[in-house]
Amino acid sequence: MNTRRSFLRRSALLTASAASLAFATLAAGPAAAQAGPDKIRIGWAVAKTGPNAPGVATTVLPNYKLWVEEINAAGGIQLKSGKRVPVEVVEYDDRSSSEEAVRAIERLVTQDKVDFILPPWGTGTNLAVGPTFHKHGYPLLAATAVTDRAPDLVKRWPNAFFFLGTGHGYGEALVSYLEQERKAGKIGTKVAMMSVADGFGVDLGGAARKVVAKHGFELVYDKTYPVGTQDLSPMLNEIKALAPDVFIAFSYPPDTLGITDQAKVIGFNPKVFYTGVGTQFPLYKNKFGANVDGVMSLGGIDADDPAVQAYFRRHKEVTGQEPDRFASPIVWVSLQMLQQAIERVGVDRAAVSKELAGGTFDTILGQVKLVDRQWPKLWWVGQWQDGEFRGIAPTDRAGARPAVIPKPAWKP
Amino acid sequence: MLIVDVLLAGFTLGGMYALIAMGLTLQYGVARIMNLSYGEVLVMSAFGTWFAVTRLDWNPVAVLLASLPLGYLASWLIYRVLMMPLVRRSGAGPALEVDSILATFGLLFLLQGVLLLAFGGNYYSYSYLSQPVDILGSQVAANRLVVLGFAAAIGLGLYLLLTRSRLGTAVRAVAVAPRFAPLVGIDVWRLSAIAFGIGGALVAGGGTLLSMFLPFSATMGVVFAMKALVVVIMGGVGNLLGCLVAGLMLGFAETLVARFVDPGLTLAVNFALFLLVLLLRPAGLFGRVAR
Amino acid sequence: MNALPSPAAAGNPAGAGRLALQALMVAGLALLAALPWLGADDYLIAVGINILQYGVLATAWALFSGPTRYVSLATVAFFGIGAYTAAVVGETLPWPAVLAVALGISVVLALVVGLATLRLSGVHFVIFTFGLAELVHQLVNWYEVNVTRTLGRYLFVDITQVQIYWQLLALLVGVLATGWAIRRSRLGLALQVIGDDEVVARHVGIDTTRAKLLLFAISAGFIGLAGAVMAPRWTYIDPAIAFNPVISFQVLIMALLGGANRLFGPLLGVLPVAILFELLSGSFPNHFMILLGLVFMAIVYFIPNGLFGLLQRRRHRAGKEGSK
Repeated sequence: MNTRRSFLRRSALLTASAASLAFATLAAGPAAAQAGPDKIRIGWAVAKTGPNAPGVATTVLPNYKLWVEEINAAGGIQLKSGKRVPVEVVEYDDRSSSEEAVRAIERLVTQDKVDFILPPWGTGTNLAVGPTFHKHGYPLLAATAVTDRAPDLVKRWPNAFFFLGTGHGYGEALVSYLEQERKAGKIGTKVAMMSVADGFGVDLGGAARKVVAKHGFELVYDKTYPVGTQDLSPMLNEIKALAPDVFIAFSYPPDTLGITDQAKVIGFNPKVFYTGVGTQFPLYKNKFGANVDGVMSLGGIDADDPAVQAYFRRHKEVTGQEPDRFASPIVWVSLQMLQQAIERVGVDRAAVSKELAGGTFDTILGQVKLVDRQWPKLWWVGQWQDGEFRGIAPTDRAGARPAVIPKPAWKP
Repeated sequence: MLIVDVLLAGFTLGGMYALIAMGLTLQYGVARIMNLSYGEVLVMSAFGTWFAVTRLDWNPVAVLLASLPLGYLASWLIYRVLMMPLVRRSGAGPALEVDSILATFGLLFLLQGVLLLAFGGNYYSYSYLSQPVDILGSQVAANRLVVLGFAAAIGLGLYLLLTRSRLGTAVRAVAVAPRFAPLVGIDVWRLSAIAFGIGGALVAGGGTLLSMFLPFSATMGVVFAMKALVVVIMGGVGNLLGCLVAGLMLGFAETLVARFVDPGLTLAVNFALFLLVLLLRPAGLFGRVAR
Repeated sequence: MNALPSPAAAGNPAGAGRLALQALMVAGLALLAALPWLGADDYLIAVGINILQYGVLATAWALFSGPTRYVSLATVAFFGIGAYTAAVVGETLPWPAVLAVALGISVVLALVVGLATLRLSGVHFVIFTFGLAELVHQLVNWYEVNVTRTLGRYLFVDITQVQIYWQLLALLVGVLATGWAIRRSRLGLALQVIGDDEVVARHVGIDTTRAKLLLFAISAGFIGLAGAVMAPRWTYIDPAIAFNPVISFQVLIMALLGGANRLFGPLLGVLPVAILFELLSGSFPNHFMILLGLVFMAIVYFIPNGLFGLLQRRRHRAGKEGSK
């Protein structure tokens, strides 16, 4: 190989690199036409592929589609001027990667110049894109992020809104609710807890662990298991042998199904049977049928409320699937709020953020007013009753049902 | 009964690991194709089963009878159409490994993309035989026993096929000495295609069986492929018995650790066990060092 | 990819050629470094970060895997350790110290692991390194869950996107310079022999283990640094994010596509793959996977020897025709 050849190769390489970069610029270039007053551009980058895809497909994307569909069917969002402006969507796939998500948001902001960006799914991804939303002044309506840091984060990011509460909130609410039931003599003191070794399980498990003793319970089992564990029967067998009054699993959807299945098989039927994310999914009811009755979890809904029923119906009509009973309605509420804020103040993002922070909104879950840009009125505990996942705590909230304790026996 | 609990859990889990790995060990050990899209085929079969069971009201066991030949056919075609050019080009040399990894990586995306388009990203699951069966005072789900039984039957059938039939002998010859097999009149490429097809039948069957008790989603294929790969390498590439032993070792390790140490460490222990086996026996439990 | 000529021969341009080359490289580098001032918007910088990140990873990967032909899937183990280290100490230590710690931990881990594993060969090494990455992931997870009792760390440091871009650019220059230096050193020669035939290498008196170990550690060090540099971009880091195995596979594919035996080969693979991902995912978010799969298979069937091989053949052909 002579020197000239290798020199040529290298310069060819450099040229190729430079050309590719230029190509990237060009390719990214067709920035859409300026958002005129005749339409509102909405962008989102959610996980269509990768491990987050099921969460997106269950909770996030159907709501986004329904929202766009409903707005455009009505002729658009009605601005103050009385004019209706349709929304136009730019969507990307973040492939369940934080880095891809950050880049996709940059792209939505600088290339597509969208007016508003709907958030991705999950705590990690929402936090990953937080700084980018903040930097460009876009409101971040984090409706699927559960983080104990929410109170700090709203201070750091003045355009961020958190709708799904903190791990501490769920843990504390559950245990203090159980305390009432214990004082009413319905359950004893023995609590067995298992949690998935991921952000969700650790946050909620940690919160519950801190308060069990304070509320007069005794933790007889407290172990974690890794994400993706395919057989949870050893844990359940061990827990069954301890005969706890209360069983709590802060689990993810596949595990939630597996735990319920296994509990049924080994005839483990504690007075309180609580499983994690996935319990509220339509899939859960489809799989277990009447056996879902009495199973508790986080979230819930006032299923008798006509507004909620109308939402369920529309969701099913437009997307072909039912919403889940935990975050889905909350994502919907956040979208309703965004729409109403735009109706009131236009597409000025700073004004919309201000309106979201201070305004009162009429949603399927009633009048909503955020406190410190967080939503205080969550259903912390819910239970399957008569084929619907109903909210039971906080008990003073409208539509709260008393819990069925002890849980009815598994049917074969 | 603690011991029965542990035994049952270990066998059902280990049997499942062995089941999903058997197809891969044939595809990799005999046909020399490191099939990264293996997990996607498994998940596709699971989706097919879900569709047949919930929409067409088939019995999952009947679906199994259909998915085995379908899996064979599809994989045989994949080999003939997609892999043959690579095999020819490389002369089955070392370049085949790299090429087949890259090509099946593309296939992985393609299949997963099709699945996502057809079924979306959601979890899917149905209930089949989830009644308890009492064995010596321990309860185990009937579907898990069915899966274990079929895994054993399929594994045994395959073992007999490989050791007792003319075809099996030829397949083993290709696995052990691909360069010399033609000398005794064996058509290596034809047999590789057959082995790849049988591997495909096994993975399709595995997908059907798994769908009886595990929830699945379009994006989960990689998880199964990696588990299978670990079992295959740990047992020794191309060795069915190795698959079985490695699968059971992992299943029991997971069960024992979950029950007696800390469930949080199950996966860590599995990988540690795998790494340990490789350090002590670099070619796997039953593998020969120089292939 | 085995048919490529030896890399040692290419690393030796002399005289005027070298000067011109150096000038060109410096100019190119200056251009890249100045990109943020030349009106590049945030998105272009983000794309640049993506390309540079994979450029560093793939080049560092090929530093070890190219000459030794040991295909490693442990990339994300070191990348994740770098990112996680940054998340753990990022808010308490000054940034250079954070990078130093990430570098140190990656190198030490590589040395320990390397000692145990480098006697494995072929696909066993591949799977072993994959298992290793998962093991590290699981152990970090278990530690966080059971010892610190919190999973998911928040990293708030004032490092802008442009600063990340510059750090990655510097890292890329560093890894290329290191690769270039290795190729000209005794170590490079030794590795060449090992790659061709390890038994021969041992017979001619090369301490193969030491050479491989050294290279593995250098490669891991760069990968770990890249992880630490990237961490501030995500704010929230948990083990699943830091140890995402997709990263290992993507690096492997990019490097193989470009040609792992050449110093600039991996870069040549990174550019088209990264741009392709970006174009496809932007234009066809719902058919991305299918298109990507098809493109990928097309590459394997029509560009068998990597892009570098393709370029080389083209030039070879052109040269022949010119001399007629």
